[in-house]
Amino acid sequence: MNRHLISAGDLSRDDAVLILDTAAELASVAGRPIRKLPTLRGMTVVNLFYEDSTRTRTSFEAAAKRLSADVINFSAKGSSVAKGESLKDTALTLEAMGADAIVIRHPASGAPRRLADWITGRVVNAGDGTHEHPTQALLDAFTIRERLAAGRDDPRGQALDGVRVTIVGDVLHSRVARSNVLLLTTLGAEVTVVAPPTLMPHAIATWPGRASYDLDSALRKADVVMMLRVQQERMTAAYFPTVREYRRRYGLDTDRMALLPEHAIVMHPGPMNRGVEIAAEVADSPRSTIVAQVANGVTVRMAVLYLMLGGATEGEA
Amino acid sequence: MCAMRPEPVNEFPGWKAVLTPEEIRRALTRISHEILERTHGGEGVVLLGIPTRGVYLARRLAARIGEFEDVPVPVGSLDVTMHRDDLRLRPARALQRTEVPPDGVDGKTVVLVDDVLFSGRTIRAALDALNDLGRPRAVQLAVLVDRGHRELPIRADYVGKNLPTAHREAVRVRLAEIDGEDSVLLGERPAKDGAQ
Repeated sequence: MNRHLISAGDLSRDDAVLILDTAAELASVAGRPIRKLPTLRGMTVVNLFYEDSTRTRTSFEAAAKRLSADVINFSAKGSSVAKGESLKDTALTLEAMGADAIVIRHPASGAPRRLADWITGRVVNAGDGTHEHPTQALLDAFTIRERLAAGRDDPRGQALDGVRVTIVGDVLHSRVARSNVLLLTTLGAEVTVVAPPTLMPHAIATWPGRASYDLDSALRKADVVMMLRVQQERMTAAYFPTVREYRRRYGLDTDRMALLPEHAIVMHPGPMNRGVEIAAEVADSPRSTIVAQVANGVTVRMAVLYLMLGGATEGEA
Repeated sequence: MCAMRPEPVNEFPGWKAVLTPEEIRRALTRISHEILERTHGGEGVVLLGIPTRGVYLARRLAARIGEFEDVPVPVGSLDVTMHRDDLRLRPARALQRTEVPPDGVDGKTVVLVDDVLFSGRTIRAALDALNDLGRPRAVQLAVLVDRGHRELPIRADYVGKNLPTAHREAVRVRLAEIDGEDSVLLGERPAKDGAQ
């Protein structure tokens, strides 16, 4: 494992499979009478959140607490950040208070990378601007592996070779899409990105996998379809004429879902805009893994925290 | 924790076999009888093996108990990695499997099964791990080899063989299921090997 988790692209195939296998083992903790392990006792994990987030922050908090770490939640609102303190000073302050790891979400792409240069603890990227969200990609990969292997062999030790994943929607603003493309490709999946031309990144040709503007043809040969949220808050221009128009071309409704192969699953990283990128009936259908993704998020983040903090740091061993 | 991959004997030059396959078989047979005796016919017994080799030993014991008395004995595995006291001494290690039989451990007589009993630290971790899974009526310990040098007040209830060793020596238990053959080897501890 690397010192920090900044980009899904930093993970080797072996690293990624190790995280998924560790998560598979830790999943059983959720079903026990005592949902806690003593492994990170005495360690402190700081959630440093410069952007609003419910599920990612609570998910990291639950993960750290289940491993017995102490958790400090630091949100930029109502803190000295509002008084103009820089990221560097805030980070150094938190480190001086004994943070072993900082989980950071920041509106600026690249903020976690900068942070990693300033502090000696571990840094976990919990979403930076439109750049990356590696733990979301890991929990998505975990969910795909569990669901597609359901009823078959134990998926442990396996990657996602040959699994066809279609990622649909606002790819331009999506850190989830970028992290997923990088990680799923590392794990051997065949990724197709589908977006309207205005929401397709200019550099899409440099990404691994395929890109398409046509959703219907991509759905017919997908094992997994991952719907992205239309991120109104990051849109500084009119990227599509109307929501209705977007929904008609790129929204997943029951008719479109019928195009999917029998075994295919529907994913969404949340929060959803029901009725925009995904119809309510689709989100609530048995094919949807949206609730499972949230549960798996805690397990996968436990695995990441354990592998980063649970052993000796390099040089100490 | 032992390596997962099978290692041929010739990787251990100068190691000496201290238990033959027949002796291992007899020791396990005797332990199975002792478990039946001590637990009044194996009623309410759950065997939990500590990965890796403890799990195979637990399965063998359960099979024998089933043969002798026709009582089905639930078998599971208990990974103790997250409860170890030496986690910070080495890079984070991969977790092994914890599988608790469907009826759980509450009110049961849990027999922990491991290959080698040495410092006792693995068993301490196992007791902690078990504590999080439920409340057994009693916990007992079965090991194939007790090599001494305890660092904690822990002893085994069932011992395959008491093996006097020097602290610098190492004991390897090799089992057919994973190593291709049954044997117990005694040799010089390789540098940087903290296992067992």
